Order: sequence, then structure tokens, then C-alpha cells
Amino acid sequence: MSPASASAEKTERLLNLILALKSARRPVSKHRIRESLPAYAAATSDEAFDRMFERDKDELREMGIPITTTVLDVLFDDEVGYRIDSNETTLPAISFEPDEVAALALAARAWSTASISGAASAGLRKLRLSGVEIDESVAAGAEPRIRTKEPAFDAVHAALSALQPITFDYRKNDGELTTRRVQPWALKNWHGRWYLTGYDLDREDDRAFRLSRFEGAVRKLGRAGSYAVPEGYEPDVALEQQAAASVGTARVRLRHGRGHTLRRHALSVTELDERWSEVEVPYWRGSTERDVVALGQHAVAVSPPELVDAVRSTLLAAAEANERTPA
Amino acid sequence: MSAARPARKPPETATQRLGRLLDMVPWLIQHRGVPIEEAASEFGVSTEQIVEDLELLFVCGTPGYGHAELIDASWESGHVYLDNADDIAAPMRLTRDEAVTLTAGLQALGSSLVGSDVAERTLAKLRAAAATTVDESVGRIELDLDDGSQHPAMATLKDAFARGRRVHLGYYVATRDESTERDVDIMRIVNLDGQWYVEGWCHRARGVRLFRLDRIEHAEVLDVDGTPPPEARPRDLDDVFVPGENDLTVVLEASRWAAWIADYYPNEGVERGPDGSLRVTLKVADPALVRRLVLRLGGEVRVVEPAELAQAVAQEARSALEAYDRLDT
Repeated sequence: MSPASASAEKTERLLNLILALKSARRPVSKHRIRESLPAYAAATSDEAFDRMFERDKDELREMGIPITTTVLDVLFDDEVGYRIDSNETTLPAISFEPDEVAALALAARAWSTASISGAASAGLRKLRLSGVEIDESVAAGAEPRIRTKEPAFDAVHAALSALQPITFDYRKNDGELTTRRVQPWALKNWHGRWYLTGYDLDREDDRAFRLSRFEGAVRKLGRAGSYAVPEGYEPDVALEQQAAASVGTARVRLRHGRGHTLRRHALSVTELDERWSEVEVPYWRGSTERDVVALGQHAVAVSPPELVDAVRSTLLAAAEANERTPA
Repeated sequence: MSAARPARKPPETATQRLGRLLDMVPWLIQHRGVPIEEAASEFGVSTEQIVEDLELLFVCGTPGYGHAELIDASWESGHVYLDNADDIAAPMRLTRDEAVTLTAGLQALGSSLVGSDVAERTLAKLRAAAATTVDESVGRIELDLDDGSQHPAMATLKDAFARGRRVHLGYYVATRDESTERDVDIMRIVNLDGQWYVEGWCHRARGVRLFRLDRIEHAEVLDVDGTPPPEARPRDLDDVFVPGENDLTVVLEASRWAAWIADYYPNEGVERGPDGSLRVTLKVADPALVRRLVLRLGGEVRVVEPAELAQAVAQEARSALEAYDRLDT
């Protein structure tokens, strides 16, 4: 039997199970289910049928279709009946206000460029089928667009939904490659960048991993559903760099019309002549010198001496490194 | 970013297909007689797949499995008719992924929505629409995007957009380190990869342009109609950062301390050395951008190709150093 047809058979069996349990007026005994569904009738033993039925029940539950059990006969309480309650599976009639409908359309549109856009639009379609009129052309003042271009996204998302521990190669900030073993807890997009948060089995602590730093394939590690996300967990992405406090002020000469990055933070600006002005800016060690260096000959550091030295040595290093490239 | 390409999409699982069928049945019933092509495009699958799905539905039904019990499907005319599927004719509750994506989307919209309580109200209704088995602690996806209010221009742009007015922008062009003045008819304001942009018809460039909000130096609403001309078409946001064919190919060598640039800039490929250093290939529209980047990272990054750009960086650094030498003497 080819895998494709085995998969089609399973879809057919599950759909028939849903139809049988939804159409029945009263709970159906396991015996009846086995007897009346051809796929179950074909099971070679009681054990094989039990295994198949239990797995099918779990998978439907996972899909949001719970099969409930009730005692069929009060005298023999091991005789239980199974049913699917339409109230639990059918989308309830919910009326959305016009502004809520517009918000839903925008929420779905935010995912339009992501790999899981299908889920958002399927959700919208269901609401529309239940009578909610959704105009997807609604204009927003300002709208977010989420992208999932990191190759690891889909595998991580699947693991997250299945509570499946994973292992993957991860490149640290300094370039070193490490192999991590993690129980995924959440995916978080922080200012446009995707992070996996979860429990790091080796560090024995929760950690955040940037998806763009995953290398190669995400591999499964042990059984799905083998852990739980801590109750009340709020995914928090530790920022990679803390904004450092400024250490005093710096003075920098800038050509007119240049040095936007520095001018934005200027505390004062003094015009020197028709070509240059001098700005006073907060001095952030490690960042101000680089802002000055990036401007090349359009900026000259004046003070403090520490800044001047840093700018000069950075410029010299840039010159020497690039002079090594053969002409 | 590594040079690895996204893996090929794995084949659909039995339950994924079942999910689509349960989704498709109510839709087909409400869109009686819909062309197969339209169903295929609605569900993002091929027409062959739709036919295979119908063939499967056709053999499913309730116990007895005779003509009266089986789902009736016909599509020979190229139009789809579905009958005898009453038990699954109503849409199902939202699955976890459906609820999670819409919820996260609403949270991300948050304060950019006009009424501040809209997101909250809608979230409560979404929760009621979700499958009863959905455990909110599993499969969590959160979006934490800023609402752009830190940009002084945001309020002005939203106001102009809402009232259909043209705006005047002072805009900083980073690659040329130059301030420009322009009049723009706003088409949309979007957040892409964590960055806020306004897309609009620029009367100076006579074309559609994307402006980063953090580079708008000042913005004023003009008392002029701001309807973009009919030829103004929004760009496909997926293509915004796709390199143009005239872009320059630049190869950079970065030490392990500057290896983050491969992560930060869209690139064409990365080769890593054993010591954490790397070579990254970029496509750039304006070499000035690279010159500024390489200067900024002084010594940690070297231009490998083109050689002229390496020389230009070195020369710029030498010229800048001369100013200090003059001060010394």
C-alpha cells in the first residue's frame, strides 16, 4: 500500500467516524462503532481496533473535535457510549460589531506574507461562513505585516503546537556554533525578529533563541507531549543589547547637511562657518565613535579625548584592513 | 542568515487534509455551483487536489453507507455541487492555529486601531469561537511590535491619511547622508520586519516610494487633496527588499565580532570560517551604504570585492584621519 493511499484511508476513516458520531441520536457503544464502520470492522483483533480507535480519538481531539463518553447502561457501568456534541464542535453564532470585523480583517492581513497565513485566512473564512460580513479591503491607519522567512519557523511552530522537545544547532552572538536541546514554550516576534522561548535542557533554565540563528534542520528529541508549559508563562525575550547610559557629552564637527544620526540627539548646534557646524551630543561609549567614523571625512570628533582616540584608531583600522584587499 | 534554503513543504498529513475537508464542505454548500478553479484558489490547492478531495467526500457518509447515507458530490460540469452532508455543513470552531494567529494579529494591532477597546472586545469573542479543546498555554505565538508612536511623524501621517490630505516630508536619505524635501500622497502605513514605513506617491520622484518613519525629519499636512494618481500601485511587500538587477555585488569579510552583519542584512549567501569569521555576499543599490557600514565597523569588516570599493573605504578613512593630523600640528 502506498503511503499516499494509507493517508487517504485514514482521512476517510476519521471523517466517517465524525459523521457516525454526529449523526447518531444517542451515544454509540464501542461495539457498534466497530461493527458499523468498515475501516474498524477490518481490524484483525480487539487490540488492533482499540489502538486504532484510541489514536483516532486523540487526533480528533487535537483537531478541536472532542469525543465525549457517557455511561450507556447504569447497571453495567463499563458500557460507555461515544458522541460528538455539536455545541462543542460547531462555531457558535457570534455577532461582531463593524469595528471588530475590521479589526479581524486587519489581524488576518498582518499574516498575509507569513508561512502560516493559511490558518489566519481559514479562521476568517469560518467566521464569514457563519454570517459575519468581513470586508478585507478595509483601510487601516497603520498596519503590521508579519513575515516568517526564517527557514526554521515551520518546524519550530509544529514542535511548539505538539509540545515536542527539539534539538538544533544555534549560532551564538560571537559566531560560535552550539547544539541546543529545548522544550519549546512560545514563539515571539519582537520588533520584527522571531524568537523561540523555552526550557533549555542543558542550561536548565528558560532561554530565548533567535530563529535567524538556527543552522540546519530542527530535529525531534523524544516524545511529543512529554512536557507542559508552566502555568501563567509569559514569553519574554531578553534584549540582546541593553541601551547603555550616556557618559557625559561629546562635541563633534559636522559638515552642513550631514550626520543625521548624531544631529537627532544634538543638545546644541553651533554654526562654525559656511561648511561646518559643531554639535554637542550625549556620549554613548561604543556607539558615538562609530556614528562619527561612519561619516568619514564629513565628521571630526573634538572632545572628549577618549572619543577622539577611539575615532582615530577605528578609522586607522578601517584603512589598514581595506588596504589589504588587492587592487 | 545561513545560506540554507527553506525545506521543501512536507506532504499533507491525514489530519491536515481532514481539516481542509471540514473547512471546505460548509464553503462548498454556501457557494453552490462554484467553479472548481475558484474552490482551488480559495483553499490554496490545485484543481486536481479539489477533485481528489471530492472523490474522497463522495465515499464518506453515515453508517449504512448506501446511497441515502453517502455524501453526494458532483463536479463533472466543472462546477461543484455538494449534498447530503448536513452533519458537517456548519463551520467548525476555530482551530488552535486559527485562533492563535488571529489573536496575535489583534494584539499586534493593539493601539494602532482607532478605538482602544476594539482589540479587547474582539479577543473575547474569538475566545468564544475557539475549539473547546484549545489550551491557550500551548502553541503560543506573540507579537510585540511597537505602535510607531515614538516617531514624531506618525500622528501627522495618520491624520493626513485619515483625511485624505497630501503631506510634505523632510526625509533623510541614509545612503547619501542627505536631507530631502518632498510632497507625498499616502497609500498605506505599514510595519515590516519591525520597521515602520509609509508608502506613497512621491511627487518629486514621480513614483511610488517607501519611506522609513525613523528617517522622516519633519512632516506637515498640506491643504491639498492627497489621492494618489491612478498609476500608483502598492508594491508587493514581499519584494520590497529583493535586489534590483543593477545592484552591485559586494563581498565582505567579517571577524567573529562583526559576524552579526550576516544576520542583520539581507544577503545572497554566507561562508563561515572555523574561527567564527565569515564572508557574506550582499546586493546593494548604493555602495555608499556599504562604505558607511565598513567604516563604522573599522577593521572588523573588510571589503573583498569589488577592489575599488575597498580602496574607496581606505581613502575615506585616510582623508578623515588627516583632519586629526592637522589638529596635532
